Amino acid sequence: MEQAHQEAGGAGPKQRSVEIGTAVLTLLFGFVVIYGSHKVGSGWDGGPQAGFFPFYVGIIICACSLVNLVSALREDRTRIFAENGQLVQVLKVLIPACVYVALVPEFGIYVPSILLILVFMVWLGKYGIPLSLAVAFGVPIFFYITLERWFLIPLPKGPVEAMLGL
Amino acid sequence: MILDNFTHLYHGFGIAADPFNILLMAIGILLGVIIGVLPGLGGANGVAILLPLTFSMSPTSAIILLSCIYWGALFGGAITSVLFNIPGEPWSVATTFDGHPMARSGRAGEALTAAFTSSFVGAFFAIVMITLIAPLVAQFALQFGPAEKFAVYFLAFASFVGMSKEPPAKTVVSMMLGFALACVGLDMVTGQLRLTFGFTELLNGFDFLIAVIGLFGIGEILLTMEEGLEFRGKSARIDPKVVWKTWKTLPRFWATSLRSCVIGCWMGITPAGATPASFMSYGIAKRMSKNGNNFGNGEIEGVIAPETAAHAAGTSALLPMLALGVPGSPTAAVLLGGLLIWGLQPGPMLFVEQADFVWGLIASMYLGNVVGLILVLTTVPLFAAILRIPFSIIAPVILVICAIGAYTVNNNVFDVLMMMVFGVLGYLLKKTNYPLAPLVLAIVLGPSAEESFRQSLLTSAGSVSIFWSNPLVSTIMGLGLLAGVWPLISKGIAKLRSSAQPA
Repeated sequence: MEQAHQEAGGAGPKQRSVEIGTAVLTLLFGFVVIYGSHKVGSGWDGGPQAGFFPFYVGIIICACSLVNLVSALREDRTRIFAENGQLVQVLKVLIPACVYVALVPEFGIYVPSILLILVFMVWLGKYGIPLSLAVAFGVPIFFYITLERWFLIPLPKGPVEAMLGL
Repeated sequence: MILDNFTHLYHGFGIAADPFNILLMAIGILLGVIIGVLPGLGGANGVAILLPLTFSMSPTSAIILLSCIYWGALFGGAITSVLFNIPGEPWSVATTFDGHPMARSGRAGEALTAAFTSSFVGAFFAIVMITLIAPLVAQFALQFGPAEKFAVYFLAFASFVGMSKEPPAKTVVSMMLGFALACVGLDMVTGQLRLTFGFTELLNGFDFLIAVIGLFGIGEILLTMEEGLEFRGKSARIDPKVVWKTWKTLPRFWATSLRSCVIGCWMGITPAGATPASFMSYGIAKRMSKNGNNFGNGEIEGVIAPETAAHAAGTSALLPMLALGVPGSPTAAVLLGGLLIWGLQPGPMLFVEQADFVWGLIASMYLGNVVGLILVLTTVPLFAAILRIPFSIIAPVILVICAIGAYTVNNNVFDVLMMMVFGVLGYLLKKTNYPLAPLVLAIVLGPSAEESFRQSLLTSAGSVSIFWSNPLVSTIMGLGLLAGVWPLISKGIAKLRSSAQPA
């Protein structure tokens, strides 16, 4: 796959920059872990304190992140991470998905699911409205029957379900 | 001792052969194949999503259902590789090399029969090994103190560093991220809150099931989307004549099969996993075979080798999980997490305290694989049809399934948001070659690894010399160090050889 990307040679962010970014990210995370462990005590007080183990974990994260950072800096400058077109594809999934999970706490799982499937099928899949509606309502109804009725596992519900008295 | 095992196993068959359990096996295999076939749903997160559904079952029935989902996912990977040239699971990448060319030249039925049968052979070999060895390992491990326990964890994680094809520093970072995430929340020993930074949502820490669903599920969907999947598959129907004809040719490749079984078992026990096992087995088969030059053009041996090894590795990954409480693969880790939820502590005591459960599970592995082989051979066209459903329908449905799965773990909507964060992280890490399996295993094993580490240090009053205090613990630690630096050693040997014999 990766070779195919190189041959296509489209524009896009460089693998090198993303590698550097990831290494910096893990480095920061390591610092957070060290700081947090230090706050609860990372030493010895008749036994290892609560932060003892994570403190060393944090140190290892930082050390290895530095190694990764150095090798990322030496990475080939021409290789791209993904073409812009591909990233657009990814964002087309990612943004609706993020909106979806953001809606779940407020509206429950069913209504956002119906919207998500509808948006996907109509916008990305270019399907007709009837088929899209069928799938969009069919899937949540299927889960309602199997999970809530058969397995008695309640799923989050919002105002719409309350209105319908479910 | 060995005879004892057979009595236990016989008893186990009595439990596993219960009609309800057989039904669960069939359901599990079918679900597993669907999970294996669909992009974005793999063995690990498939099992994680379905875990909450089993809470109302008895532990034995539940684990039978879940392990059969796992077998199904292993079988399912072969279907997509052969028919669509899309490996549904990473361990079936090597199967595409010869499986898809065979399908293109109209020998799809033959390739699939060979793949399924090899999977079955590999798994069977591994189960026999588990039957014979696991009780011995468990008995041996009963003598382990905290230092030995920590040494075993060390060995497991060090072999990840040594065996992984990713850069060691990246493997270590990924692993330590897992350990750090496992530390978040209430510290069991001191009762203090740590690494929560005042967020009450983090009180209970990160649930690894959420991490698995996000990293493997959402991450995979994003990757699939980037690659712009086009389904251009070969249709397949397997009729009994093709199966019979293929079966007659298979005994000729007994040497390849046996070698792949051994490679698979070895890689499965040391947690290197099914993916490297399948590549290694393919590579060696290519070098050893008379038809080695024709590999890649549709050689049946090139299907047998990786499939046998992948299934043997996938199955034998359960050995350390049952006997030591150290899972050999992410999916085994999810199964282990399930056991913990049901109040069963995997590890040596399981064989003593829950003999019925353990032997019921082992017996179900035998039966499950037989059921699986028959089921997949008869239902291939059905699954090939599922694959033709376009991705723009499949993707949102899988997203919904992942969200429901994440929610049902703890009935918490915050987990659904966390899942999305892990999903983006999974995409980023995967694209930058950080392995995900060590991260997941570290989240699962973090608490027990930390506990044994602290207990060891308590007995030695803070001196790390406890990890070298007796021959047993030193041996395990030594093996761990060796496994961790193995790439350096093998590079050194290769260098020595090439300088000794100038080519």
